[in-house]
Amino acid sequence: MSKNSEYLIDRENKQYEVIIGLEVHAQVTSESKLFSQSSTKFGAEPNTQVSLVDAAFPGMLPVINEFCIEQAIKTGIGLKAKINKKSVFDRKNYFYADLPQGYQISQYKYPIVGEGKVILDMPNGQKEIGIERLHLEQDAGKSIHDIDPNNTLVDLNRSGVALMEIVSKPELRSPDEVNVYIKKLRSIMRYLGTCDGNMQEGSLRADVNVSVRLKGETEFGTRCEIKNVNSIKFMQMAIISEANRQIDLLEDGKEIDQETRLFDTKRNQTRSMRSKEDAHDYRYFPDPDLLPLEISQELIEKIKSDIPELPDEKKKRFIDKFNLSPYEATILVSDIETSNFFEEVIKNSDVKLATNWITGELFAVLNEKNLEISQSPVSAKNLSKLINLIKDGTISGKIAKTVFEQMIDGDQDPLIIVKEKGLKQESDPKAIEELINKVIENNSDKVAEYKSGKDKLFGFFVGQAMKESKGKGNPQLINKILKEKLNG
Amino acid sequence: MSDITSQSLFELTSNIKEKKLSSEEITKAFINRAEKSKKLNVYVTDNFEKAIDQSKKFDSNPNLDFKLPGIPIAVKDLFCTNGVRTTAGSKILNNFVPTYESTVTQNLWSQGAILLGKLNCDEFAMGSSNETSFFGNVQNPVGENLVPGGSSGGSSAAVAANLTPVTIGTDTGGSIRQPASFTGTVGLKPTYGSCSRYGIVAFASSLDQAGPMTKNVRDCSMLLEVISSFDQKDSTSIDYKRNYYSKELSKDIKGKKIGIPKEYRVDNMPDEIEQLWKNGISYAKDCGAEIIDISLPHTNYALPAYYIVAPAEASSNLARYDGVKYGFRSPGQNLIEMYEKTRSEGFGDEVKRRIMIGTYVLSSGYYDAYYLKAQKVRQLIKKDFDDAFSKVDAILTPSTPSSAFKIGEKTNDPVSMYLNDIFTVPINLAGLPGISIPAGKDKNNYPLGLQVIGKPFDEQNILNISYALEDKINFKNDISDWWLSE
Repeated sequence: MSKNSEYLIDRENKQYEVIIGLEVHAQVTSESKLFSQSSTKFGAEPNTQVSLVDAAFPGMLPVINEFCIEQAIKTGIGLKAKINKKSVFDRKNYFYADLPQGYQISQYKYPIVGEGKVILDMPNGQKEIGIERLHLEQDAGKSIHDIDPNNTLVDLNRSGVALMEIVSKPELRSPDEVNVYIKKLRSIMRYLGTCDGNMQEGSLRADVNVSVRLKGETEFGTRCEIKNVNSIKFMQMAIISEANRQIDLLEDGKEIDQETRLFDTKRNQTRSMRSKEDAHDYRYFPDPDLLPLEISQELIEKIKSDIPELPDEKKKRFIDKFNLSPYEATILVSDIETSNFFEEVIKNSDVKLATNWITGELFAVLNEKNLEISQSPVSAKNLSKLINLIKDGTISGKIAKTVFEQMIDGDQDPLIIVKEKGLKQESDPKAIEELINKVIENNSDKVAEYKSGKDKLFGFFVGQAMKESKGKGNPQLINKILKEKLNG
Repeated sequence: MSDITSQSLFELTSNIKEKKLSSEEITKAFINRAEKSKKLNVYVTDNFEKAIDQSKKFDSNPNLDFKLPGIPIAVKDLFCTNGVRTTAGSKILNNFVPTYESTVTQNLWSQGAILLGKLNCDEFAMGSSNETSFFGNVQNPVGENLVPGGSSGGSSAAVAANLTPVTIGTDTGGSIRQPASFTGTVGLKPTYGSCSRYGIVAFASSLDQAGPMTKNVRDCSMLLEVISSFDQKDSTSIDYKRNYYSKELSKDIKGKKIGIPKEYRVDNMPDEIEQLWKNGISYAKDCGAEIIDISLPHTNYALPAYYIVAPAEASSNLARYDGVKYGFRSPGQNLIEMYEKTRSEGFGDEVKRRIMIGTYVLSSGYYDAYYLKAQKVRQLIKKDFDDAFSKVDAILTPSTPSSAFKIGEKTNDPVSMYLNDIFTVPINLAGLPGISIPAGKDKNNYPLGLQVIGKPFDEQNILNISYALEDKINFKNDISDWWLSE
């Protein structure tokens, strides 16, 4: 990244750099949990998706869900990471009411996936962020404190659901990079179908590690970990607030304590959850109920052969094959649904127009109505029809916008709208000539002015002719005939 | 025909198959005797009423193809039994009734057996004398105020006292073999991975194994054949071809190489144990076996390694007993207070001691020095056995360093209690099969056992060696029924 886009926090004549590392918890897309056959469906009645294993009944044993293993491998391949042929499940021991076993089964020393990378498309170019590791672990249940005034209620539906913890290297340097990083990670996993990335449902959350140092310094400062932040906006707010808190401490000549903090979204500040001294001793040790996980090269190869085209490759193809700008391509590939929609539209229509219409009119409508592209009110099929109507001169771009507005209401066929409303473009030269003659007749004074050298008036004539045609006149034709008449 | 309750499993199944006895007669005979044997305190929970109903049901349409046709069996209270209270000998599970069945007990019922009740044991199987049970001591039928061994003390006493034809126990460091030795009965700990751990209240997951406890070796082979099975619900269960242990049982052990490990001659070993071992060796020779001196150099480290690994796993396995979901709860003002009161009041001293040891050895800063080191020792012990088994087919040792001791004698000295497991623990650490058979008596006329250790999955071989030795030893348990009441 070039110097001028560096994110630095100024204090008097000093500049501080912010160092950020993320531990993203991504829920594995899977019908059943990591070690039991209970459903993982979101939104069920509390405690209706709980097996004896999930509730840690005496004598119950975990049995690995192979599908979750494959999902983790798939994600690892998507992150261009090393797949570890041997990994180990460990117990992370701590007591909490929503942790029925009294330990979480996780991976500690030997994760299933090792080092990888994610490419960020920043305004000033690409930046590579290293992935430290990806490991599998069980989610805990949910403690609900605000239903009963005297008791905490526990919902174990989530207990045992498979999570991938994806740990980045401390290579992120700004809230913007965090935004792009999370979106890119989410995009890759959605392409792979390994995590739906739904932050509202808690399918994607992150612990954010923040430290600061003077610009030019090479050693890392003392970091604080902000636990369980569940939206990109809050991550960014938390980073800015936490970095400033740390800088204030340093400016006051104080030390930063390594600690775990929570982000209070209402006050927009982080607060201490526990200090290093109070840190849990999780007493990790290999889970004796599970054998070390061994993955064959055959399985890795099989999964590799099923990997779809990922955002980076797709972007390259869009640029090379469709001549899109890197900016356009980045937008179109950011989400698999968007790129699928785009490719569907351009099957039968012009690429340039499709790009403009999708990133312009369609995105505007989706934004306004707060919809995902999968819920688009206009189908790819009808959008491509509209584009063809523009391309073959049946309607003008301007009329097309009117048609599009109507299409939104129940995905109507643009051909029918054009026909019913009589919006077909007037492309008969004779008819155009007639209405231009009328315009010239009615504006003889302006014609004289134009001929005396006031070229700017040409636009006026175009507008008048359009008006005369009730907006249906073929603009190219109007231009052409007007030029002939006025200059002739 | 001899008294029903003194018959072996083999005799009872034969009598049922030949229609000389009904399941109901047998079941009622055991129940009658149990009613008069309360002094032994073997039962935590009985299932007598249901057992009689089930025996009648069996008799009404007997399936004689079953391996345990209508045979009533009491089991250690560590096996979860659907609809029947399962306590693990602990106050913390005092009110716990599972809605599921352990695989091993399910295997029994699937072959026609009937649940008589749940047998006393040390709390969470932690103990060598059955004295840590929340439900009190068990009396060894061999002599009054004598411990039956542990942790499967209710099981060993019940078999020796003819209160169940056979039973199943669990063995983490000797909990089947040591009580078998103390009561003059047979107990086998199978290879780790032979019997499913699904539905067995866990003590130390990497060591726990269920196994048969019986009056003789033939019964042991019959019961092993039923309970050993591959189970997908236990990830450590091993899928291998199991033998027809009872059909393939043979006294022909001619040419078998039997190893005698010099490291098992421990300091201060009583002469009578030494003599017992010598006798075993000469019987093996008589049977045509070849005796070979071997070395298991890391034997001394087995007990300390065990008392790190087992408590470490236990401290984690027992975390689930927190008063939140099931079992005993002592209310508190907040979550932490509820945890502390529940676990302080719900667990006994020995369990708490091991939870503390386990928590300590897993703590950051101590993990490498204790747990990791212990796991390395465990590998060395395994390797000792691997090396030995390249030269011999089986290993013969005493089962325990002493005979049964008096109730209360060792309760204030945990280390001397732990020393009971010195000959059995290495076998669990190495995951090997081991069997204890009664082989003689000490000066008090208390039984003493010999242990035969085999290669992984070689249960047939140690059963055969034990079968041959049993014949030569011709052990008779003289139990006077001193406890019977009218």
